[in-house]
Amino acid sequence: MDFIAVVGRFFLGFLATSGRIAIFAGEGLGHCVRPPFYFRLIGRQMMDIGYYSLPVVGLTALFTGMVLALQSYTGFSRFNAESAIATVVVLSVTRELAPVLAGLMIAGRVGAAMAAEIGTMRVTEQIDALTTLSTNPVKYLVVPRLLAAILMLPACVFVADIIGVLGGYLVSTTKLGFNPAVYIKNTIQYLEVIDVISGLIKAAVFGFLIALMGCYHGYNSRGGAQGVGSATTNAVVSSSILILAANYLLTEAFF
Amino acid sequence: MAEATPKISIRGLRKSFGRKVVLDGIDLDIRAGESLVIIGGSGSGKTVLIKNVIGLVSPDDGSIKIDGEETVGMNARDRARIMKKFGMLFQGGALFDSLPVWENVAFGLVTEQGVRRTDAKARAAEVLAAVGLAPEVAELWPAELSGGMQKRVSLARAIATEPEIILFDEPTTGLDPIMGDVINDLIIACVRKLGATALTITHDMQSARKIATRIAMIHRGRIIWHGPVAEVDRSGNPFVEQFIYGSAEGPIQMEVRRL
Ligand SMILES: Nc1ncnc2c1ncn2[C@@H]1O[C@H](COP(=O)(O)OP(=O)(O)OP(=O)(O)O)[C@@H](O)[C@H]1O
Ligand SMILES: [Mg+2]
Repeated sequence: MDFIAVVGRFFLGFLATSGRIAIFAGEGLGHCVRPPFYFRLIGRQMMDIGYYSLPVVGLTALFTGMVLALQSYTGFSRFNAESAIATVVVLSVTRELAPVLAGLMIAGRVGAAMAAEIGTMRVTEQIDALTTLSTNPVKYLVVPRLLAAILMLPACVFVADIIGVLGGYLVSTTKLGFNPAVYIKNTIQYLEVIDVISGLIKAAVFGFLIALMGCYHGYNSRGGAQGVGSATTNAVVSSSILILAANYLLTEAFF
Repeated sequence: MAEATPKISIRGLRKSFGRKVVLDGIDLDIRAGESLVIIGGSGSGKTVLIKNVIGLVSPDDGSIKIDGEETVGMNARDRARIMKKFGMLFQGGALFDSLPVWENVAFGLVTEQGVRRTDAKARAAEVLAAVGLAPEVAELWPAELSGGMQKRVSLARAIATEPEIILFDEPTTGLDPIMGDVINDLIIACVRKLGATALTITHDMQSARKIATRIAMIHRGRIIWHGPVAEVDRSGNPFVEQFIYGSAEGPIQMEVRRL
């Protein structure tokens, strides 16, 4: 019966952790709407999360758009549907690939940094020091990151949408022999506002998940360098999985 | 005549980590304007005790009253109000390494007293001068300082808001003897001039004799002796005697195996 005990323990541990994360999220969101507001810190996080992620997000989107054009050409040319490529590229990029891939890249870049920074502050007692200086650590550390991530992920994804479509356009017009004007017309013709909006909403949710996991794991790290290291790993792994799971749920909601 | 309410009053304070009992029924009163020094062996629970007092660690049992107000189990809003009375020097410094030195020192001025940043910067420079740091240091980052300089910046941060109660966890450890004495004088000035109540942990008996009005010794989770500083040499307590003479022979046995 050992096996059942192990499964049971794992399940209980999972529920307990979920509960702790939910309480942490509730506390963080509660502090988002109550003063004082640290605008300077929010601004700095927006730079870190948004602006400095643009190169990696842009490159990811560019190559994804390029590959997408080639791959759909392989398939669609078999039943003479090449004219659909532009539509396939723009829909895949805006609805799906830009938010998910940008989310995963930013989870690796930003989520890890958040967990490491807050985790180091925890183990060197800087979080305790904040408390003794009458500053709520959740408000000071967690709220700026949550807000900045929720705001900046959609901005990054919007840029990724444009660059991804551009990648598809470049490959289609230079390698696949499409007429530029026709490609652009096809891109715009069947695109609806909701396609872009749904991608941006996904991005905002992913931003929330990335910041939540980065902050939660950093905030609760224990022990020295090793504790911070595992907090970093856990932040990236858990936010990546949550992004993929949330992506399914959101896609179904917008279906 | 009834005695004035003590500034800090601790009764029956207990704290364990897992099966390890660290504080086992601490009773201690600290009057306003007093400078109490806590001595005791390494690992005897001194840091845990002051973290309980300031509310960073919650006790398993017992009572801690600040100005007669019970703080154990207090709600967050009252806790925040009480926290403004405190300043604390952490044993490890705990400087914010993402902020330059002057912002570390000015932090409490800005958050607790709403001082404008420019004014807070000027005030930070004054406090840094009081701990013997040159004005250039204000613009450096904590990682660019020596260990002793970091300690002094932490000290400056703890006293910058002129709190009513200041907790010093080993303020002179890691400083040269001359700078150590400068810090002793600074702590005395905080108590005498600003009327603060100081609770200091130290292993340095010379410093303890200088800054204390009273000394308390903690051993095995209890206060085994306390009294005015003048009486520490004739305490008649073998534990205290062993500690102040720093002798390996005596009732306190360190758990070490000889090589
Ligand atoms: N967060 C914690 N979790 C588990 N045990 C702890 C924790 N904090 C302190 N302890 C234990 O409590 C005991 C007392 O620790 P404390 O830091 O108070 O010692 P101290 O008297 O300040 O010693 P030192 O003079 O060396 O600083 C130690 O045995 C330590 O292992
Ligand atoms: Mg200690």
